[in-house]
Amino acid sequence: MRRYRRPLGPTWWLTQRAYFLFMLRELTSVFIAAYLALLLLGVYRLSLGREAYEAYLQLLATPGMLFFHVVALIAALFHTLTWFDVLPKVLVVRFGERRLPGAIVAGVNYVAWVVVSAVIAWILLRG
Amino acid sequence: MPEPTMTLEILRYRPERDRAPSIQPYEIPYRADWVVLDAINYVKDNLDGTLSYRWSCRMGVCGSCGMMINGVAKLSCATFLKDYYPAPVRVEPLAHFPVERDLVIVMDDFMEKLGRIRPWIIRGDEQPLSEGEYRQTPAQLATYKQFSMCINCMLCYSACPVYGLEPGFLGPAAIALAQRYNLDSRDQGSGQRALILTSQHGIWDCTLVGECTSVCPAQVDPAGAIQQAKLASTLDWYFSVLLPWG
Repeated sequence: MRRYRRPLGPTWWLTQRAYFLFMLRELTSVFIAAYLALLLLGVYRLSLGREAYEAYLQLLATPGMLFFHVVALIAALFHTLTWFDVLPKVLVVRFGERRLPGAIVAGVNYVAWVVVSAVIAWILLRG
Repeated sequence: MPEPTMTLEILRYRPERDRAPSIQPYEIPYRADWVVLDAINYVKDNLDGTLSYRWSCRMGVCGSCGMMINGVAKLSCATFLKDYYPAPVRVEPLAHFPVERDLVIVMDDFMEKLGRIRPWIIRGDEQPLSEGEYRQTPAQLATYKQFSMCINCMLCYSACPVYGLEPGFLGPAAIALAQRYNLDSRDQGSGQRALILTSQHGIWDCTLVGECTSVCPAQVDPAGAIQQAKLASTLDWYFSVLLPWG
Protein backbone atom coordinates (compact mmCIF):
# COMPACT_ATOMS: atom_id res chain seq x y z
CA MET A 1 0.00 0.00 0.00
CA ARG A 2 1.19 3.51 -0.78
CA ARG A 3 2.56 5.24 2.31
CA TYR A 4 2.63 8.98 2.59
CA ARG A 5 5.76 10.73 3.77
CA ARG A 6 5.26 14.22 5.08
CA PRO A 7 8.38 16.23 4.34
CA LEU A 8 9.88 18.60 6.90
CA GLY A 9 9.86 22.07 5.32
CA PRO A 10 12.75 24.56 5.60
CA THR A 11 10.74 26.62 8.10
CA TRP A 12 10.28 23.81 10.65
CA TRP A 13 12.12 25.88 13.25
CA LEU A 14 9.44 28.57 13.08
CA THR A 15 6.64 26.17 13.97
CA GLN A 16 7.36 25.96 17.70
CA ARG A 17 8.85 28.32 20.25
CA ALA A 18 11.24 25.63 21.55
CA TYR A 19 12.60 24.99 18.03
CA PHE A 20 13.07 28.74 17.50
CA LEU A 21 14.99 29.13 20.75
CA PHE A 22 17.15 26.16 19.77
CA MET A 23 18.01 27.79 16.44
CA LEU A 24 18.71 31.05 18.24
CA ARG A 25 21.13 29.20 20.53
CA GLU A 26 22.86 27.64 17.52
CA LEU A 27 23.05 31.05 15.83
CA THR A 28 24.86 32.58 18.81
CA SER A 29 27.93 30.53 17.90
CA VAL A 30 28.29 32.62 14.72
CA PHE A 31 28.66 35.80 16.80
CA ILE A 32 31.08 34.11 19.18
CA ALA A 33 33.19 32.89 16.24
CA ALA A 34 33.15 36.39 14.70
CA TYR A 35 34.22 37.91 18.02
CA LEU A 36 37.12 35.45 18.31
CA ALA A 37 38.20 36.23 14.73
CA LEU A 38 38.22 39.91 15.65
CA LEU A 39 40.30 39.15 18.73
CA LEU A 40 42.81 37.17 16.64
CA LEU A 41 42.97 40.08 14.20
CA GLY A 42 43.94 42.29 17.15
CA VAL A 43 46.82 39.98 18.08
CA TYR A 44 47.96 39.96 14.46
CA ARG A 45 47.81 43.77 14.25
CA LEU A 46 49.79 43.98 17.49
CA SER A 47 52.54 41.90 15.87
CA LEU A 48 52.71 44.43 13.02
CA GLY A 49 53.66 47.27 15.34
CA ARG A 50 52.22 50.20 17.21
CA GLU A 51 50.62 52.04 14.28
CA ALA A 52 48.78 49.00 13.01
CA TYR A 53 47.47 48.28 16.51
CA GLU A 54 46.34 51.90 17.03
CA ALA A 55 44.38 51.69 13.77
CA TYR A 56 42.79 48.46 15.01
CA LEU A 57 41.76 50.16 18.26
CA GLN A 58 40.23 53.02 16.28
CA LEU A 59 38.27 50.50 14.24
CA LEU A 60 36.91 49.00 17.46
CA ALA A 61 35.69 52.42 18.61
CA THR A 62 33.42 52.93 15.61
CA PRO A 63 29.65 52.78 16.30
CA GLY A 64 29.22 49.70 14.10
CA MET A 65 31.87 47.81 16.05
CA LEU A 66 30.41 48.89 19.40
CA PHE A 67 27.02 47.63 18.24
CA PHE A 68 28.56 44.34 17.15
CA HIS A 69 30.17 43.90 20.56
CA VAL A 70 26.89 44.50 22.38
CA VAL A 71 25.16 41.91 20.17
CA ALA A 72 28.07 39.47 20.59
CA LEU A 73 27.92 39.91 24.37
CA ILE A 74 24.19 39.17 24.46
CA ALA A 75 24.75 36.14 22.21
CA ALA A 76 27.60 34.89 24.41
CA LEU A 77 25.49 35.30 27.56
CA PHE A 78 22.53 33.45 26.02
CA HIS A 79 24.83 30.70 24.76
CA THR A 80 26.61 30.34 28.09
CA LEU A 81 23.52 30.39 30.30
CA THR A 82 21.73 27.77 28.17
CA TRP A 83 24.78 25.51 28.50
CA PHE A 84 25.00 26.16 32.25
CA ASP A 85 21.46 24.90 32.55
CA VAL A 86 22.23 21.77 30.50
CA LEU A 87 24.83 20.54 33.01
CA PRO A 88 22.32 18.83 35.33
CA LYS A 89 21.19 16.72 32.37
CA VAL A 90 24.73 15.55 31.66
CA LEU A 91 26.16 15.30 35.15
CA VAL A 92 24.26 12.99 37.47
CA VAL A 93 25.49 13.12 41.06
CA ARG A 94 24.04 10.42 43.29
CA PHE A 95 24.12 9.79 46.99
CA GLY A 96 22.77 6.28 47.31
CA GLU A 97 19.23 6.31 45.93
CA ARG A 98 19.00 10.10 45.97
CA ARG A 99 20.04 12.32 43.09
CA LEU A 100 21.52 15.74 43.73
CA PRO A 101 18.88 18.27 42.53
CA GLY A 102 19.57 19.83 39.14
CA ALA A 103 19.37 23.35 40.57
CA ILE A 104 22.41 22.67 42.75
CA VAL A 105 24.43 21.16 39.87
CA ALA A 106 23.59 24.14 37.65
CA GLY A 107 24.19 26.48 40.60
CA VAL A 108 27.83 25.38 40.76
CA ASN A 109 28.25 26.90 37.29
CA TYR A 110 26.84 30.23 38.42
CA VAL A 111 28.98 30.30 41.56
CA ALA A 112 32.10 29.48 39.50
CA TRP A 113 31.11 32.23 37.06
CA VAL A 114 30.89 34.83 39.84
CA VAL A 115 34.17 33.68 41.44
CA VAL A 116 36.12 33.67 38.15
CA SER A 117 34.68 37.09 37.21
CA ALA A 118 35.67 38.47 40.62
CA VAL A 119 39.23 37.15 40.24
CA ILE A 120 39.55 38.66 36.77
CA ALA A 121 38.10 41.97 38.00
CA TRP A 122 40.58 41.95 40.90
CA ILE A 123 43.54 41.33 38.55
CA LEU A 124 42.43 44.08 36.17
CA LEU A 125 41.40 46.68 38.74
CA ARG A 126 44.02 46.30 41.48
CA GLY A 127 45.90 49.06 39.66
CA MET B 1 -29.73 24.74 26.44
CA PRO B 2 -28.09 23.01 23.48
CA GLU B 3 -25.05 20.90 24.20
CA PRO B 4 -21.83 22.79 23.48
CA THR B 5 -19.85 21.52 20.51
CA MET B 6 -16.37 21.98 19.15
CA THR B 7 -14.50 21.13 15.97
CA LEU B 8 -12.05 18.31 15.65
CA GLU B 9 -9.90 18.60 12.51
CA ILE B 10 -8.50 15.20 11.65
CA LEU B 11 -5.93 14.42 9.01
CA ARG B 12 -7.31 11.78 6.67
CA TYR B 13 -5.27 9.65 4.31
CA ARG B 14 -6.79 6.73 2.48
CA PRO B 15 -4.04 5.33 0.26
CA GLU B 16 -6.47 3.55 -2.08
CA ARG B 17 -8.09 6.87 -3.11
CA ASP B 18 -6.03 9.84 -1.80
CA ARG B 19 -2.81 11.02 -3.43
CA ALA B 20 -2.07 13.19 -0.40
CA PRO B 21 -3.63 13.62 3.04
CA SER B 22 -6.30 16.23 3.69
CA ILE B 23 -7.85 17.74 6.78
CA GLN B 24 -11.45 16.79 7.57
CA PRO B 25 -13.41 18.72 10.20
CA TYR B 26 -15.88 16.96 12.51
CA GLU B 27 -18.35 18.66 14.81
CA ILE B 28 -18.30 16.85 18.14
CA PRO B 29 -20.00 17.41 21.49
CA TYR B 30 -17.76 19.20 23.97
CA ARG B 31 -17.43 17.61 27.38
CA ALA B 32 -14.99 18.92 29.93
CA ASP B 33 -14.00 15.44 31.07
CA TRP B 34 -13.24 14.18 27.56
CA VAL B 35 -9.75 13.64 26.28
CA VAL B 36 -8.95 13.89 22.57
CA LEU B 37 -9.10 10.09 22.28
CA ASP B 38 -12.70 10.14 23.60
CA ALA B 39 -13.54 12.65 20.87
CA ILE B 40 -11.91 10.51 18.18
CA ASN B 41 -13.78 7.45 19.45
CA TYR B 42 -16.98 9.51 19.22
CA VAL B 43 -16.21 10.30 15.58
CA LYS B 44 -15.48 6.62 14.84
CA ASP B 45 -18.65 5.41 16.59
CA ASN B 46 -21.09 8.08 15.46
CA LEU B 47 -19.87 10.12 12.50
CA ASP B 48 -17.39 8.21 10.37
CA GLY B 49 -16.60 4.55 10.90
CA THR B 50 -13.83 4.59 8.29
CA LEU B 51 -11.44 6.58 10.52
CA SER B 52 -8.32 4.58 11.45
CA TYR B 53 -6.12 5.15 14.52
CA ARG B 54 -4.32 3.21 17.22
CA TRP B 55 -5.30 3.10 20.86
CA SER B 56 -5.59 0.63 23.67
CA CYS B 57 -5.30 1.36 27.39
CA ARG B 58 -6.73 4.92 27.67
CA MET B 59 -4.48 5.60 30.66
CA GLY B 60 -1.05 6.60 29.39
CA VAL B 61 0.53 3.19 29.87
CA CYS B 62 0.43 1.39 26.52
CA GLY B 63 1.91 4.16 24.36
CA SER B 64 -0.35 3.42 21.37
CA CYS B 65 -2.32 6.65 20.94
CA GLY B 66 0.47 9.15 20.24
CA MET B 67 -0.62 11.85 17.78
CA MET B 68 0.23 15.41 16.81
CA ILE B 69 -2.32 17.57 18.62
CA ASN B 70 -2.20 21.14 17.37
CA GLY B 71 1.31 20.39 16.13
CA VAL B 72 2.66 18.96 19.40
CA ALA B 73 3.33 15.27 19.96
CA LYS B 74 1.01 14.04 22.73
CA LEU B 75 -0.80 10.96 23.94
CA SER B 76 -4.39 11.57 22.86
CA CYS B 77 -5.61 9.74 25.98
CA ALA B 78 -3.87 12.27 28.23
CA THR B 79 -4.82 15.46 26.37
CA PHE B 80 -8.03 17.12 27.54
CA LEU B 81 -10.40 18.95 25.20
CA LYS B 82 -10.96 21.59 27.90
CA ASP B 83 -7.39 22.84 27.39
CA TYR B 84 -8.30 23.84 23.81
CA TYR B 85 -12.05 24.59 23.89
CA PRO B 86 -13.62 26.49 22.19
CA ALA B 87 -10.86 26.66 19.56
CA PRO B 88 -10.72 23.75 17.10
CA VAL B 89 -8.31 20.93 17.82
CA ARG B 90 -6.22 19.59 14.95
CA VAL B 91 -5.20 15.93 15.14
CA GLU B 92 -2.53 14.55 12.84
CA PRO B 93 -0.46 11.36 12.77
CA LEU B 94 2.90 11.43 14.57
CA ALA B 95 5.33 13.61 12.63
CA HIS B 96 8.43 12.25 10.86
CA PHE B 97 6.96 8.78 10.32
CA PRO B 98 5.40 7.58 7.06
CA VAL B 99 1.60 7.55 7.22
CA GLU B 100 -0.06 4.19 6.63
CA ARG B 101 -3.66 5.41 6.85
CA ASP B 102 -5.31 8.37 8.58
CA LEU B 103 -3.67 8.60 12.03
CA VAL B 104 -1.79 5.31 11.75
CA ILE B 105 1.94 5.63 11.18
CA VAL B 106 4.49 3.04 10.07
CA MET B 107 6.65 2.24 13.08
CA ASP B 108 9.01 -0.27 11.44
CA ASP B 109 11.96 2.13 11.62
CA PHE B 110 11.59 2.58 15.39
CA MET B 111 11.15 -1.15 15.99
CA GLU B 112 14.30 -1.91 14.00
CA LYS B 113 16.30 0.70 15.95
CA LEU B 114 14.95 -0.53 19.25
CA GLY B 115 16.20 -4.03 18.46
CA ARG B 116 19.53 -2.70 17.26
CA ILE B 117 20.54 -1.36 20.69
CA ARG B 118 19.93 -4.80 22.28
CA PRO B 119 17.45 -3.76 24.95
CA TRP B 120 17.98 -6.73 27.23
CA ILE B 121 20.50 -7.75 29.90
CA ILE B 122 23.64 -9.02 28.22
CA ARG B 123 25.98 -11.14 30.32
CA GLY B 124 29.59 -11.88 29.55
CA ASP B 125 29.75 -14.50 32.27
CA GLU B 126 26.43 -16.25 32.73
CA GLN B 127 26.19 -17.61 36.26
CA PRO B 128 24.50 -20.99 36.80
CA LEU B 129 20.88 -21.04 37.95
CA SER B 130 21.97 -22.68 41.21
CA GLU B 131 23.62 -19.40 42.23
CA GLY B 132 20.26 -17.66 42.12
CA GLU B 133 19.27 -14.35 40.60
CA TYR B 134 21.51 -11.37 39.90
CA ARG B 135 20.88 -9.18 42.91
CA GLN B 136 20.70 -5.43 42.91
CA THR B 137 20.55 -2.79 45.65
CA PRO B 138 17.92 -0.01 45.59
CA ALA B 139 20.74 2.46 44.83
CA GLN B 140 21.80 0.41 41.78
CA LEU B 141 18.17 0.30 40.64
CA ALA B 142 17.87 4.07 41.05
CA THR B 143 20.68 4.72 38.54
CA TYR B 144 18.61 3.48 35.57
CA LYS B 145 15.00 3.32 36.77
CA GLN B 146 13.96 6.61 35.16
CA PHE B 147 15.11 5.43 31.71
CA SER B 148 13.30 2.12 32.16
CA MET B 149 9.93 3.90 32.32
CA CYS B 150 9.82 4.35 28.52
CA ILE B 151 6.53 3.14 27.02
CA ASN B 152 7.77 3.18 23.40
CA CYS B 153 5.14 5.72 22.37
CA MET B 154 7.51 7.43 19.88
CA LEU B 155 6.42 10.95 20.84
CA CYS B 156 10.12 11.81 21.26
CA TYR B 157 10.84 10.84 17.64
CA SER B 158 8.04 13.11 16.45
CA ALA B 159 9.32 16.00 18.57
CA CYS B 160 12.91 15.59 17.35
CA PRO B 161 13.73 17.73 14.29
CA VAL B 162 17.05 15.89 13.94
CA TYR B 163 15.10 12.67 13.31
CA GLY B 164 12.82 14.56 10.92
CA LEU B 165 15.78 15.84 8.91
CA GLU B 166 17.94 12.72 9.22
CA PRO B 167 15.77 9.59 9.43
CA GLY B 168 18.91 7.50 9.99
CA PHE B 169 19.32 9.00 13.48
CA LEU B 170 19.08 6.29 16.13
CA GLY B 171 16.72 8.58 18.04
CA PRO B 172 15.84 9.52 21.62
CA ALA B 173 13.96 6.46 22.94
CA ALA B 174 16.40 3.89 21.52
CA ILE B 175 19.38 5.74 23.02
CA ALA B 176 17.60 6.22 26.37
CA LEU B 177 16.90 2.47 26.48
CA ALA B 178 20.50 1.67 25.54
CA GLN B 179 21.56 3.89 28.43
CA ARG B 180 19.01 2.13 30.67
CA TYR B 181 20.78 -1.22 30.12
CA ASN B 182 24.28 0.27 30.17
CA LEU B 183 23.58 1.67 33.65
CA ASP B 184 22.13 -1.61 34.93
CA SER B 185 24.57 -3.24 37.35
CA ARG B 186 23.58 -6.71 36.06
CA ASP B 187 24.40 -5.86 32.44
CA GLN B 188 27.76 -6.40 30.74
CA GLY B 189 26.83 -5.40 27.20
CA SER B 190 27.88 -1.75 27.07
CA GLY B 191 30.78 -2.61 24.75
CA GLN B 192 28.38 -4.11 22.20
CA ARG B 193 26.02 -1.15 22.48
CA ALA B 194 28.89 1.36 22.18
CA LEU B 195 29.43 0.25 18.58
CA ILE B 196 25.87 1.27 17.75
CA LEU B 197 25.68 4.37 19.96
CA THR B 198 28.88 5.90 18.62
CA SER B 199 28.36 4.89 15.00
CA GLN B 200 27.31 7.37 12.36
CA HIS B 201 23.78 8.60 13.21
CA GLY B 202 24.22 7.52 16.82
CA ILE B 203 24.47 9.81 19.85
CA TRP B 204 26.59 12.43 18.07
CA ASP B 205 23.78 13.28 15.66
CA CYS B 206 21.90 14.80 18.62
CA THR B 207 22.16 18.59 18.73
CA LEU B 208 20.22 18.82 22.01
CA VAL B 209 17.04 20.51 20.93
CA GLY B 210 15.58 18.98 24.10
CA GLU B 211 12.01 18.58 22.88
CA CYS B 212 12.14 14.78 23.31
CA THR B 213 12.24 15.36 27.05
CA SER B 214 9.51 18.03 26.94
CA VAL B 215 6.99 15.74 25.23
CA CYS B 216 7.85 12.52 27.07
CA PRO B 217 4.69 11.33 28.92
CA ALA B 218 6.74 9.05 31.20
CA GLN B 219 9.32 11.61 32.40
CA VAL B 220 12.13 9.51 30.94
CA ASP B 221 14.28 12.51 29.92
CA PRO B 222 15.76 11.03 26.72
CA ALA B 223 17.74 14.26 26.15
CA GLY B 224 19.49 13.69 29.46
CA ALA B 225 20.14 10.04 28.57
CA ILE B 226 21.74 11.04 25.27
CA GLN B 227 23.97 13.68 26.87
CA GLN B 228 25.02 11.19 29.57
CA ALA B 229 25.79 8.65 26.84
CA LYS B 230 27.91 11.30 25.10
CA LEU B 231 29.84 11.96 28.31
CA ALA B 232 30.34 8.22 28.97
CA SER B 233 31.50 7.67 25.39
CA THR B 234 33.94 10.58 25.58
CA LEU B 235 35.39 9.31 28.87
CA ASP B 236 35.72 5.81 27.38
CA TRP B 237 37.63 7.24 24.45
CA TYR B 238 39.99 9.25 26.66
CA PHE B 239 40.66 6.29 28.91
CA SER B 240 41.35 4.02 25.95
CA VAL B 241 43.77 6.57 24.48
CA LEU B 242 45.48 7.74 27.69
CA LEU B 243 45.72 4.47 29.57
CA PRO B 244 47.84 1.73 27.96
CA TRP B 245 45.62 -0.94 29.52
CA GLY B 246 42.40 1.02 28.77
